Amino acid sequence: MMSSPQMKEAKVPVVQFVGDDDVLNHIFDREGGTKIKKEKAQLLVNPQKIIKKPECELEKRDQEVLKDQNYVEVLGRNIQESLKNGSAVDGNKVYSFQSRKHSEEMTKLALELAKTPRKVVAVDSKNDPEVKKNVPWQSKGRSTSEKVQQENNSKTEFLSTPPRSLRKRIIVPTSHCDTESEYSASSSEDDGEEDTTAVGLSPKGRAQSRGPPAPAPKGTPPKKMKRDKASDLVEEYFEAHSSSKVLTSDRTLQKLRRAKVDPKTLRNLLSKFSPSFSAEIEQLSQQHEKLFHKWMLQLHLGFNIVLYGLGSKRDLLEKFRTTMLQDSVHLVINGFFPGISVKSILNSITEDVLGHMGTFQSVPDQRDWIINKFKEDSSLELFLLIHNLDSQMLRGDNSQQILGQLSSLHNVYLIASIDHLHAPLMWDHAKQSLYNWLWYETTTYHPYTEETSYENSLLVKQSGSLPLSSLIHVLRSLTPNARGIFRLLIKFQLDNQDSPSYTGLSFQDFYQQCREAFLVNSDLTLRAQLTEFRDHKLIRTKKGTDGVEYLLIPVDSGTLADFLEKEEEEA
Amino acid sequence: MATSSVSKGCFVFKPDFKKRKISVPIEDYFNNEILGSEDSKLRFETYHLLWQRMKSETELQEELNKNLFDNLIEFLQKSHSDVQKNSRNWGCQMKLREIPTAALILGVNVTDHDLIFRSLTETLRNNVTPYVVSLQAKDCPDVKHFLQKLTSQLMDCCVDEKSKETRSPKTSRTTSYSMDSLCSWYTAATQTTGPKLTSKKRTTCSQWQCPPVVLILKNMESFSTKVLQDFIIISSQHLHEFPLILIFGIATSPVIIHRLLPHAVSSLLCIELFQSLSSKEHLTVILDKLLFTAQFPFKISKKALQVLTNIFLYHDFSIRNFIKGLKLSLLEHFYLQPLSVLCCDLPEAKKRVKFFSVNQCENIRRLPSFRRYVEKQASEKQVALLTNETVLKEETQLLLENLHVYHMNYFLVLRCLHNFTSCLPKYPLGRQIRELYCTCLDDNVWDSEEYTSALQLLRMLAKEELVSVLEKCCEVLSSSAEKQLGSTAQKVKGFLTQLQNLDDSKEEEDACGSQLKGLQKTDLYHLQKSLLEMKELRRTTKKQTKFEMLRENVVNFIDNLVRVYLLPPESQPLHEVVYFSAAHTLREHLNAAPRIALHTALNNPYYYLKNEALKSEEGCIPNTAPDICIAYKLHLECSRLINLVDWSEAFATVVTAAEKMDANSTSSEEMNEIIHARFIRAVSELELLGFIKPTKQKTDHVARLTWGGC
Repeated sequence: MMSSPQMKEAKVPVVQFVGDDDVLNHIFDREGGTKIKKEKAQLLVNPQKIIKKPECELEKRDQEVLKDQNYVEVLGRNIQESLKNGSAVDGNKVYSFQSRKHSEEMTKLALELAKTPRKVVAVDSKNDPEVKKNVPWQSKGRSTSEKVQQENNSKTEFLSTPPRSLRKRIIVPTSHCDTESEYSASSSEDDGEEDTTAVGLSPKGRAQSRGPPAPAPKGTPPKKMKRDKASDLVEEYFEAHSSSKVLTSDRTLQKLRRAKVDPKTLRNLLSKFSPSFSAEIEQLSQQHEKLFHKWMLQLHLGFNIVLYGLGSKRDLLEKFRTTMLQDSVHLVINGFFPGISVKSILNSITEDVLGHMGTFQSVPDQRDWIINKFKEDSSLELFLLIHNLDSQMLRGDNSQQILGQLSSLHNVYLIASIDHLHAPLMWDHAKQSLYNWLWYETTTYHPYTEETSYENSLLVKQSGSLPLSSLIHVLRSLTPNARGIFRLLIKFQLDNQDSPSYTGLSFQDFYQQCREAFLVNSDLTLRAQLTEFRDHKLIRTKKGTDGVEYLLIPVDSGTLADFLEKEEEEA
Repeated sequence: MATSSVSKGCFVFKPDFKKRKISVPIEDYFNNEILGSEDSKLRFETYHLLWQRMKSETELQEELNKNLFDNLIEFLQKSHSDVQKNSRNWGCQMKLREIPTAALILGVNVTDHDLIFRSLTETLRNNVTPYVVSLQAKDCPDVKHFLQKLTSQLMDCCVDEKSKETRSPKTSRTTSYSMDSLCSWYTAATQTTGPKLTSKKRTTCSQWQCPPVVLILKNMESFSTKVLQDFIIISSQHLHEFPLILIFGIATSPVIIHRLLPHAVSSLLCIELFQSLSSKEHLTVILDKLLFTAQFPFKISKKALQVLTNIFLYHDFSIRNFIKGLKLSLLEHFYLQPLSVLCCDLPEAKKRVKFFSVNQCENIRRLPSFRRYVEKQASEKQVALLTNETVLKEETQLLLENLHVYHMNYFLVLRCLHNFTSCLPKYPLGRQIRELYCTCLDDNVWDSEEYTSALQLLRMLAKEELVSVLEKCCEVLSSSAEKQLGSTAQKVKGFLTQLQNLDDSKEEEDACGSQLKGLQKTDLYHLQKSLLEMKELRRTTKKQTKFEMLRENVVNFIDNLVRVYLLPPESQPLHEVVYFSAAHTLREHLNAAPRIALHTALNNPYYYLKNEALKSEEGCIPNTAPDICIAYKLHLECSRLINLVDWSEAFATVVTAAEKMDANSTSSEEMNEIIHARFIRAVSELELLGFIKPTKQKTDHVARLTWGGC
């Protein structure tokens, strides 16, 4: 979208106060090993230098451009050679600024996509306001004539801020009349579907409220346009992000009939749908499977392998495991598992792989122990397969450091997959060199079934069945007194569920209540009981502002009520 | 699947005991499906040997940093002896409280620092003091841990000194760590082991009764300021009984010391700066040792070398990464090229050719460079080469030898040329030898504009410069024991002596000058005329000055050398055997771009799924595309927040349109549900990929995490 000179214009020279000259010194040749005598106080910065900097920067600009050229030539993607990796996509396209979007654009695009079958014709509508008129503006049941009129009203605004994306993407059959008729047909279709939903603001009103205060005249002098282009983009970005108010429609899922689905039905439903392009997807995976031997080789030679690209790489890695690793010790780690931690990974290495029964004071101790063990015994070998190395639980700096250190051992082989858009940001240079990655692109287009199954998606109703059954399970194993204690807490929490300022039951109050109910005789017994609850994650304690401990059950009230009901039934 | 569970995330698999013994040797993975298993074992062994040799060559760090280390040691010794003297004199109280500190500026390539520190520790242990401790920031979150690590490492040093006879059980760990305990430990240690050390250790060590304690802080920037400040203040109080010397490893710039430490603290340090070899120079050394030499048969083509150096220059300055890239290219070369068996030392390669199979001979015949070579031969020879294997083998041996000789000469001449061009203003052929090498690899250098301009500049060199350059060249040429370029070396020497004997040229110039003086007073017309005549005369005589003639000769000589010896490698038959050229694999595996891959997969599924139905114009996708692509495309139209209902409806619109075209069979209610489920899946996948996240700003909205990206 944006051409590179524009990007360059947008680049504002940042003059770092100090250190820059040192960095330059580093980059440019300097005699190595020479001693630079510097006593304590002479690191003052020369003010003249600072003032000069911007000028230098400007002069250097040309040179920089040249150098960039050199870089792009060699490392950039737009070389025909890169048949396999990535594509001929310019960085500018991926990292461009966002223009302000209109909330209806999604609907618009959807209609376009729906309307236009396989063969699409893209017409550059930049210079043709007529075409813009034909774009369905809002699909809520309106007659065509009304709309045309409305559009005439707000035409000036359209011209002043035509959505950038729209300009490019509008796909209109060449005949105008056709569009109109097609459009009305599709809008009447929508009617049936959306009659229950509330329509937000009228589009016209919204457009006015959002439009620029003074619509610019049609023919802006091109010179001015050119100059403003870069700064406009920046300003647009900040404009879009400055106000906390975002204009979106107020419709909620509750008004939709099928609001939330539980995971099971979701799976059932999805199983009925057969994905398209399965042949091509299969072909892709076969291509990747050919690499298995090479991976083994490179793993053995001290590299570690990281897989990236769209689509679940779980099946691929699983296949790799079953075909190549049957005769060696290996550890599979599901990074997407919500309860995963480095501790548990290290534990399974020490306990299950190395057969060590002792415990460790701390995670670093354990890590050092493992590292020593592997260094001493070179016959030990371990393959680590990590699905989603970039998952929420493992992406922490500490975890990555430890995993990196493990993977840098010459007899630990790591093959991992990453999915997150920003996953490579987890690693600084030090970690990258620990990992010693070789990158492999394995785009599979497989659905992330397993990876997303634990996730608390907005649309998937987490049925309360799991916490409820575990509650019942744990409580059954407790003494009647303990059950009574817990019931007290539940009741208190349910009584207070409506008060927004409820932080929990203070320990003292709780003790008092338990005593009155003859459940405990000293505060020590109560504490012992609470520790047990805490171990089972049944309660959570929080220190209030006054230093008093507050107890809370981290389960939603619906489940708690269910639980009480069941308890009473049994009693 | 065996590896999915709702209760755990780690699964250990151990093979049966019987099976476990049969481990597959690595060579077996070397089989390339395309090439078959022939020679794979041999190729792997060759790779392995070659890599070991190259690796050991890269690890020789000591000479590189010798200068730095010498300076450091001198500094340590000097500062320590100062402290010692002062303590004896009881004078100079202020000086006494300053901890001698060496700030070692190592550059941003943090990953390479470990090697330097390791050899530094080694040298210090040998030359200055047994008590060398190095700490890392991640071990020291607070002063307590700092002291604990320091103490335990010091004690370990001491145990090492006592040759591990009494490895004290680490029961003393429970004691509290303080500077006091350290001091008392130190006095005890120096008193007991002091005499022993002097008897055993080297002379430098014995100079002092109590050797200093050297504390190396690797990557000082990452230490928390509080810890550093506290430690410095505490230890400066104890300096008289605990002679501490600090070494800061600094990656960025010396300013960081003052940024991390307030004046009150930094005034307790007596800082001296040291600069290590910059990583660019290190790279030059490595390239010199590994690539610009005939010692290793393996070579890298221009593109691949550019990829490697660009990753180095534009991304990390890390030598380690560069070596990793070299290793990968070596591996890829041996993995992909069946004839890489011959990529070994010449005698061995000749021997291997003798035992070549029919298949391998065929491989040779298939090499483009060999084919070109055959076409140039006489017709009988052509037939022989293509049909008779013994002839082919003999010819191959000959060609291999030629290739070897070519490389030997190549690098000598390259160095000479570099000596010439690196002294030119503006460096038309690059300042570094690697740049020159890249130009030479590309095509015939002498056809390039840069080369002609360089020659022009050379024709203007002053005498002193020319002499020094020729001297350097002489050194280069005589350094090689081989006789290939013996005559050239002689010639260069001849030029040198001629240049040095050029005193008579001066007389000539003097004569020229005297001629000017001899002009008589005349009128303007005559003066002009005579001046013009003189000018003419000068122009013609200019070539006659001996120096200029000689210079011309030298330049022509060099030009000749270049034309004869710096032929591009593509012109050599069998160059494919030793040159690695698959630059794109290097880029794919070392400099990957996951974001672009994601972007392409989502925006242009046709790129991966070669189905005609997915073919579309740039910037739009057909509605039959995979669900996630459609959902992604739709979400791009939103600003920061996305209403899920709108999104789902838009998605449904698109998908139903696509379905209708396919089949009109299923009942609409069920289909709607399925579509909704597909939408849910697409949304949660986008969430996993990091494009959106749930938000509480508004009910049933998700927040976009990216911007732009059309």
